[in-house]
Amino acid sequence: MSILINRNSRVVTQGITGKTGQFHTRTSREYANGRNCFVAGVNPKKAGEDFEGIPIFATVKDAKAKTGANVSVIYVPPPGAAAAIWEAVEADLDLVICITEGIPVRDMIEVRERMKKQDRRTLLVGPNCPGVITPEEIKIGIMPGHIHRQGRIGVVSRSGTLTYEAVAQLTDLGLGQSTAVGTGGDPVNGLKHVDVLRLFNDDPDTDAVVMIGEIGGSDEESAAYWVRDNMKKPVVGFIAGVTAPPGKRMGHAGAIISGGKGTAQEKLAVMEACGIKVTRNPAEMGKLLKTVL
Amino acid sequence: MKIHEYQAKEILRRYGVPTPQGVPCFTVDEAVKAAQSLGGKVWVVKAQIHAGGRGKGGGVKLAKTIDEVRQFAGQILGMQLVTHQTGAQGQQVRRLLVEEGANIAKELYVGMVVDRGTQRVCLMASSEGGMDIEEVAAQTPEKIHKVFIDPAAGLQDPEADDVARKIGIPESSIPQARAVLQGLHRAFWETDASLAEINPLILTGDGRLIALDAKVNFDDNALYRHPDLEAMHDLDEEDPAEVEAAKSDLNYIQLDGTIGCLVNGAGLAMATMDTIKLYGASPANFLDVGGGATTEKVTEAFKIMLRNPKLQAILVNIFGGIMQCDVIAEGIVAAAREVRLSVPLVVRMKGTNEDLGKKILADSGLPIIAADNMADAAQRVVAASKGKN
Repeated sequence: MSILINRNSRVVTQGITGKTGQFHTRTSREYANGRNCFVAGVNPKKAGEDFEGIPIFATVKDAKAKTGANVSVIYVPPPGAAAAIWEAVEADLDLVICITEGIPVRDMIEVRERMKKQDRRTLLVGPNCPGVITPEEIKIGIMPGHIHRQGRIGVVSRSGTLTYEAVAQLTDLGLGQSTAVGTGGDPVNGLKHVDVLRLFNDDPDTDAVVMIGEIGGSDEESAAYWVRDNMKKPVVGFIAGVTAPPGKRMGHAGAIISGGKGTAQEKLAVMEACGIKVTRNPAEMGKLLKTVL
Repeated sequence: MKIHEYQAKEILRRYGVPTPQGVPCFTVDEAVKAAQSLGGKVWVVKAQIHAGGRGKGGGVKLAKTIDEVRQFAGQILGMQLVTHQTGAQGQQVRRLLVEEGANIAKELYVGMVVDRGTQRVCLMASSEGGMDIEEVAAQTPEKIHKVFIDPAAGLQDPEADDVARKIGIPESSIPQARAVLQGLHRAFWETDASLAEINPLILTGDGRLIALDAKVNFDDNALYRHPDLEAMHDLDEEDPAEVEAAKSDLNYIQLDGTIGCLVNGAGLAMATMDTIKLYGASPANFLDVGGGATTEKVTEAFKIMLRNPKLQAILVNIFGGIMQCDVIAEGIVAAAREVRLSVPLVVRMKGTNEDLGKKILADSGLPIIAADNMADAAQRVVAASKGKN
């Protein structure tokens, strides 16, 4: 098993006709069961055409009806990305993974509000995220597949390359991953650390979790309190940005210490107080996880 | 993106929020003319820089004569204004705002931010105006009142009135408070702001509400739909190295340390800075070259880092995913040759085509120090920066 996605997921790519969408759909399709999993693309102007054999439909709803797609991945440019998320939610898919970076916060507030008000069941990962991978089964997103190994460690993080770093450390130590989830670097997004931890907690094939955070907001703190009260499996953590100055946006739109809140020290302290083993050395994330097994 | 106080007030006025009469000025003569045209007996001369705490730093003066306006404008224009937000070197004042004086009976605070927890815009209001809201939050959190605004409905009349009463606005001024709060919300929403603050919002002796100071920041991701706001950007207020980097689509932030870092990905870039600190030195910058780093981008990144006089060594940390290590290695070699690298360079590469990348670096004949992992890289670059390699 795994969380969120597996070999039976059927994926529709929104933005399949753009350069980024094509590149990553191609590499995702080449990974593990990708050839069976990537079943559709969407572009209203190119319905009826195909991308290297993947049929293109006018809408997500059409794609779902014709192919049974239950997951969407979005590479649509920022101005239309929130609308693309909503289209996938309205089509009642199980999961939407939005890779797009640079979506205006206002657009995300609107789409999130609509999802909550209408009590939609569709889960959202991202935006501004690397995607989700269940190693040796399916890869949906922009992460390098070859560094992953199938196994029993869950990984959740807001960042891309720092997640790859953790995954590579685990793989080098012979520790495979059940699923790795990038929740994204934006301030208003879908699944947060706590939501992903909840899924790992319920997954019989996950034994322990690496949780990677960064400055800004309080997702890591909420997750830590939840771990203290509910988590049955060991969690280890790292927070990036101990050296980040206040008031500066560190690459990710959401990575900013504002009004003295959201510092790495604060997050590390709460995590430790909640029984999460943390390291201040990002080169030691894998080793730390090994100590709790 | 940040803007000046006078620009923020210009925007608020468009949404019906009253502000004092004022004129932005670039010279002493303009300041004097502004005061004369405003009339009255008292004027406020205010330094316009993108940082708070201007009053305490001597950047805001009350003038009682036109001569004083001239004198204060002369003092403030060109000064290096140091506040708790500028750093020790301060920020040079290039613009002034000359305003009519106001009759202050009470100072209040109102502000808006995006609340990540509720994923809504949050209105914060407090009876404690004129001080940092962070300070109020720390000392008397019960004095901050919040409304999480439904994006579909906007700020409702009862919500606005309720908050206004809670912060002590008298009944006779409630209709005006409602207009101010709803105007602030509309301004925030329609301009894609990330922060909008009126601090203080004053109640005058005759019961009027006026935004005495204002601050508005915008969501950079949304600037593409607001060319008029983007035109307000004052590049003089930004770090020149950061402006230069942005032109090459590099995400660069200047810091105080001695070790330059070039990394792909924001999270990994922060983690790299942290590792340098862990091994006893400080990062000279944050630099995310992004997913599609070309030789040109890497060269530009090296040039920007090398302009920093404090720089003693450079650490390149690349996790090759989509970006291949051999391509980056070629970029590093070309860049190092072009800029005639004058400081030690440590490179750590991992991921796609790692071995090929390492070979390119080794074969280049350049004195590049190779490292195996992040900890090893940080230790080597710290040692190299102290001349111990």
